[in-house]
This record gives sequence, structure tokens and C-alpha cells, in this order.
Amino acid sequence: MKLNKLFTTLSLVVLVLGIGNAQAADLRIGVEGAYPPFSWKESDGTLKGFDIEIAEALCAQMKRKCTMVEQDWDGMIPALMAKKYDAIVASMSITEERKKRVNFTGKYYNTPAKFVAKDGSGLEVSKAGLKGKRIGLQRGTTHQCFMEKMYPDAELVLYASQEEVFQDLAIGRIDAQFSDSIAADDGFLKTDAGKGFSFVGGDMHDMECHGEGAGIAVRKGDDKLRMEFNEAIKAIRDNGVYQKINAKYFEFDIFGG
Amino acid sequence: MGESVIQFLETWSPIDVVLIAQNFDRFLLGAWVTLQLTVISLIIGGALAVPLAIARTSKNPIINGPVWMFTYTFRGTPLLVQTYLIYYGLGQFEAVRESVLWGPVLSQAWWCALIAFSLNTAAYTAELLRGSIVNTSRGEVEAAKACGFSSWMRLKRIVLPSAFRRALPAYSNEVIFMLHGSVVASTITIQDLLGVGRWLNGRYYLAYEGFITAAVLYFIIVLMVSRGFRFWEKHWLQHLYPHDAVKVKPKKGLANFRI
Repeated sequence: MKLNKLFTTLSLVVLVLGIGNAQAADLRIGVEGAYPPFSWKESDGTLKGFDIEIAEALCAQMKRKCTMVEQDWDGMIPALMAKKYDAIVASMSITEERKKRVNFTGKYYNTPAKFVAKDGSGLEVSKAGLKGKRIGLQRGTTHQCFMEKMYPDAELVLYASQEEVFQDLAIGRIDAQFSDSIAADDGFLKTDAGKGFSFVGGDMHDMECHGEGAGIAVRKGDDKLRMEFNEAIKAIRDNGVYQKINAKYFEFDIFGG
Repeated sequence: MGESVIQFLETWSPIDVVLIAQNFDRFLLGAWVTLQLTVISLIIGGALAVPLAIARTSKNPIINGPVWMFTYTFRGTPLLVQTYLIYYGLGQFEAVRESVLWGPVLSQAWWCALIAFSLNTAAYTAELLRGSIVNTSRGEVEAAKACGFSSWMRLKRIVLPSAFRRALPAYSNEVIFMLHGSVVASTITIQDLLGVGRWLNGRYYLAYEGFITAAVLYFIIVLMVSRGFRFWEKHWLQHLYPHDAVKVKPKKGLANFRI
């Protein structure tokens, strides 16, 4: 008897939650919050950064009410597929591997990847030079794909967030790190912790791994939303909103050619 | 034939079985790292726990107090926090980074995890053993005294062997907790069993495959551990089980008759 009652209550709760979900026509945007200067969390819990402002500008352009949903990087795509949110605006590169799971808009920015090492480390970016070197990077990124493909002899040290990579690079647990150049520059090199470190080697790019730039991911079949985002990206590029946000964070246009 | 099976799996299986099979060697390697960390920390922690437990039974507060502090600290804080403090926390101090220990030990994630795990399990095991020592039957101790055993001999020959045996069932829980707790290693870059699961998920943008494979392997390990303990318990705790004074074979017609 009691069990029956419990089941009735439970199914009612599930039903109510389900209806609640169905009625929320507002957009939920998946963001990371641990990837400065693109997204980070202030001490009061508010989200800040280029990705966040772009997402807000796109929502304003599309006249949709948006809520930001925080998600750890390695669960980003699974959570999109599980409908925890409807789109990802988190500096996610458009790659073939990811396109198997989700669809992308066109890019909203494109910056090269680079290595960072301690000054005078003598690290040489080549197959022989990186052999056995401990290279830190964020798990589940295009950079992991790149390193596994181009420098399989390097020892990869995988972190859940980019901030942890910088932390361990600063105290010398890894020989170098590999990431987006802007994220490394603003998130590390320009901070106190990054003193005495600099870029090594040039821009690294591999079409298969890095793709054409960072885009907005939506679920497969959500083509209407994808087109809506594409139009909004074009609109904020044309009306100067993008440039205004860009100028707040970077000295050059990161949209790329 | 083989190809059609693979094709069937690729199209119809809810999880990507082929991908798991292709990367299974990595999972086994991860399981090896997990077992290594768990077993070595259990050995170190166990070795530390014995003197700590004896100290905890002491009535002298100078001996008892510090050990009590230690076990309370390590049992009162989460293992994740302890591991972070050793891995990220200690690394922040220049003095630590310049010490001899930094290069070979504290800069290595594996050692940081081992230290945290060993101290953690030492704290739990010490308290467990203490309980077991305190509960030694008075009769056994008195008998030993009557036979002229010194207090050291009493501890060595009577109290500890009996306490170890009685602690066995509870200790099997601690072993399984430690195994489960070892997933913390994956948060500080170690490619343990869960670390490999996360790697697979991250590499191919999957939600379940890596975790399910890791979960199944953890399950198998736990199954083997608990089987092992059941065997040891049967062996070492035989004297504590109730058993008949004389075994009587029931008469044929009464075999199914129960009172």
C-alpha cells in the first residue's frame, strides 16, 4: 500500500518536472566557466568572458531569453545530447570527430594553438624534441587530438580544466603545455603566475584535429536553431556588436580570415 | 561473419562496443594502475596502522593524543580534499619545490596519490584495529597473565592475533572503500581505471562508454576482493563460528522434518 502511494507520488513528480521542461521554450546555453579569457567565474559566481558575452549578444539578436548552464569540459557534448541545454557556446572547435555527434554553426572565432614552456627550457617542437617530454593539456580538446596524431612519443598529461594545466606548468610538474594561443596568453602568460614563461614554436594547426575554428554546437536535427545562430553571428558581425565585445578582450579581431 | 557482427554492433548497440574493444588494452592498463595504487597504499597504511592502533589504546595522553588527532583529521575530511592538498597545495610552496623530495616524489602525481591514500587508509585501519584490540575478551588476557606472559608477549601472542582476526570482516569493507576511493587519482592526471574512462569519453565525446567499462571492471575487482575475504574469514574465524559438538547424520525418513 505504502509503496503504491510512493510510486504515485514519484510519477506525479516526474510528470510535473517533465511538463516544466516542455514549457521552457527559452534557450539554455552550455558554457564552461574555467577557460579565461573566453569564460570564467567571478568569486560571486557570475560568469564572465568572451564566450559568455557573445552568447548573450546572439540571444539578444535572436530575441530569445537565454540561461547559461555551466558544464565541465569533458561532459560538454554528452550533456548537450542529454538535453541539459540546447547549444554550446564554449570555444568549441568545429572538427570532423565532433560532427559525428553534434552539428555546428559557422565559426565565431579562430585562433591558432601554441606550446608554452619555461624560458630557457630549450624545448624544441619536433618529433624528436618532444619525445618523452611531459606535455600538459586539457582532456577532450582538439589539442589532445593534435598531440596524439602529430607527436605520439610525447607523454601527455591530461587535465579536466585549462586552469589546472597552467597551475602545474607554473610549478614545473610538466615540461610544456599545449593550448589555444589566446587562452594561454591571457589566461597565463599575462598573469603573475606566467612570468618567465613564453610561447615555443610557431602556430600549430591541423585541419583534421583543429578544424576551421570555434563554432556553436547544437544537437543533430536542430537545424532551425543552427540557422538561427548562423544568421545571428552574421548580424552581430555586421552591426558592430561583435567588434565591440572583441575589443574588450583582445587587441586584434579574433574572427580570423 | 566477424564483420557482420561488428557492423551489427556498430549500428544497433546503444553503446559503442567496438570502440571499447579497440581501447580495452588501455582499460586493463588503467586497472593495473588502480590495483597498484590500492594495494601499495593498503600495505603502507596497514603497516602504519598497527603501531598507531596500539598507541590509540594507550591511556597516556601524550601517546594517545597525537594519534587521535591524526586519525580524526584524516577520517574527518574527504579523501579528495586530502589528495588536492598534497598535489596542488604542497606545490604552491617554494620551500617544498626546492626540497629534495620534490623531484622524485612530490612533483609526481602518482606519489601524491599514494601518500594521500596511505595516510587515509592508515587512519581508518588504526581506528578499526583499536576497536578490535579493546574488545579482546578479558578471559584471554587474564589467562595470559596467569601464565606469566609479559605485556609485550601478551600483545604479540594473544591480543594482536586475535584482534586481527576479528577485524577481518570490517577490514574487507575498508579495502573496498579504498579501491573505490582510488578514483580520486584520476582527478590529478593519473590514468587509472576511471582516468582511462574519462580519456575515452573525452577523446570521442561520449557520455557512457568510458564510465560503463570502468564500472564493470571495478565491479569485477570488488567481486574478487570480497570472494578472497570470504575465504580468509572462513579460514581465520572458524573458531568463532557456532558449530555442532557432534555431527549426527539425520535418519532417512526425518531428513525433511524440521522443528
